Amino acid sequence: MDESFIQTMLLTFKLAGVTTVILLCIGIPLGYFLSQTKSKLKPIAETIVSMPLVLPPSVLGFYLLLAFSPKNGFGAWLDEIFSLRLVFSFEGLVVASVIFSLPFMVHPIQSGFSSLNKSLSEASYVLGKSKLRTIYSVLLPNMKPSILTGIVITFAHTVGEFGVVLMIGGNKAGETKVASIAIYDEVEALNYSLANQYAFSLFAISFAILLFVYALNKSMVRSKFQ
Amino acid sequence: MIQIDIIKPLHTSDGTIDLIVNKEIQNGDFLTLFGKSGSGKTTLLRILAGLETPKSGKIIVDDVVWFDSEKKINLPPQKREVGLVFQDYALFPNMSVRKNLEFALKDKKDTNKVDEILEIMEIENLSQMKPEHLSGGQKQRVAVARSLMSSPKMLLLDEPLSALDSAMRLKLQDELHSIHQRFNITSILVSHDISEVFRLSNRVFKISLGQITDDGNPSEVFANQNISGKFKVVGEVLSIVKSDILYIVEVLAHNEIIKVTAVKSDIEALNIGDKILLSSKAFNPILTKI
Repeated sequence: MDESFIQTMLLTFKLAGVTTVILLCIGIPLGYFLSQTKSKLKPIAETIVSMPLVLPPSVLGFYLLLAFSPKNGFGAWLDEIFSLRLVFSFEGLVVASVIFSLPFMVHPIQSGFSSLNKSLSEASYVLGKSKLRTIYSVLLPNMKPSILTGIVITFAHTVGEFGVVLMIGGNKAGETKVASIAIYDEVEALNYSLANQYAFSLFAISFAILLFVYALNKSMVRSKFQ
Repeated sequence: MIQIDIIKPLHTSDGTIDLIVNKEIQNGDFLTLFGKSGSGKTTLLRILAGLETPKSGKIIVDDVVWFDSEKKINLPPQKREVGLVFQDYALFPNMSVRKNLEFALKDKKDTNKVDEILEIMEIENLSQMKPEHLSGGQKQRVAVARSLMSSPKMLLLDEPLSALDSAMRLKLQDELHSIHQRFNITSILVSHDISEVFRLSNRVFKISLGQITDDGNPSEVFANQNISGKFKVVGEVLSIVKSDILYIVEVLAHNEIIKVTAVKSDIEALNIGDKILLSSKAFNPILTKI
């Protein structure tokens, strides 16, 4: 197998993996907050989280490109203070992917928290346990299917993203060239067999991941009612 | 002693009403909050547990201020050290019965306490089971056991028996009674079952639309509804009390309590909770204008 093919596939999964881990760390507190808050600002927070669902990826990519550009304020600040350049770099792709896949992690976790009976957390408080302990020991263990759904959908969605990556990452082999970009690239070069290799790999992997989730969720639900 | 003086607006289907409570409850009391649903019974229980905040007022328990709207004191549920049994039991589905009890421990190492409570509640054989495999009565026992783990000063019971069939209910009423005796724990029960009130409590608050309309022992509170002229009724024995040479049997029939005098031979075969037929061969109809 071609070395650049393996490099591209590894990069694709590295990006998806890192994005998923970061989003899990953000998604649990954010999902909990959104499920509990009665603030009037809740609709605004929910809208911001959900924006990537409806926004064309190229729009998001365009604004991120402007924001991260070292010629503009925020990008220049990052460059100066952290010597971090987010355009056309792997780090930039991670940041963009985190923003772009946010709803895919937050929504399942938020609905997981909301679907739990309120008396579970109240019982834990009355037993003297803190909010943090309650989330960790009582709430999260009882919403495993929601967390798993969030992880898998986020991962799969990041593997499949194209527009944002193209806008902000460009097409640097080993740095920002992920599988979905490579397919476009190979088709443009009329290199159909390599394009097919990428396309089929993504197809097979996505199928396998989703099959795994549905099978696992089914067995989790079944074990609950047996 | 629990001193409550609070006001809390309730949003009911008939509009907003105020729950107004100004009472004192003695330590060791078994108090029942009796009333229709929506009258504010459960809200009062939740206010005591710290899960709801009154609009104004004070709650002082054994000279410790739990709530004072003027001084802006509101002790969180974690610090109130009460035991609360929810109507739906709220057992943690991810934990076995034993783990549910261990979770409630203040000191994690105190596993003897888990064994002790498992034994008292006669649920040792369930200790490794997950809550979803338990029957309603078993869940109720586990929920009571869990609420006792932290040796609370106060036990709050939110209609814990309402989902159970009558045989199981009688058995668990006895258990609640013996727990109350054994731990001498101030207990507050929400109920709309008159026989439960008689069997368990020494004091009743009758709550209607947010107001406590009657306060006293069960016989006093329900005394004015016990006149019945029915010739033949089926009922349940609530209590048998010796009074001089006679016995007074209180019988519950269709939510009314009838006091009947009986002689020793009448009551010999009777137990509390028995279903009986009450009839009168020659009776004096009592006329009351309503």
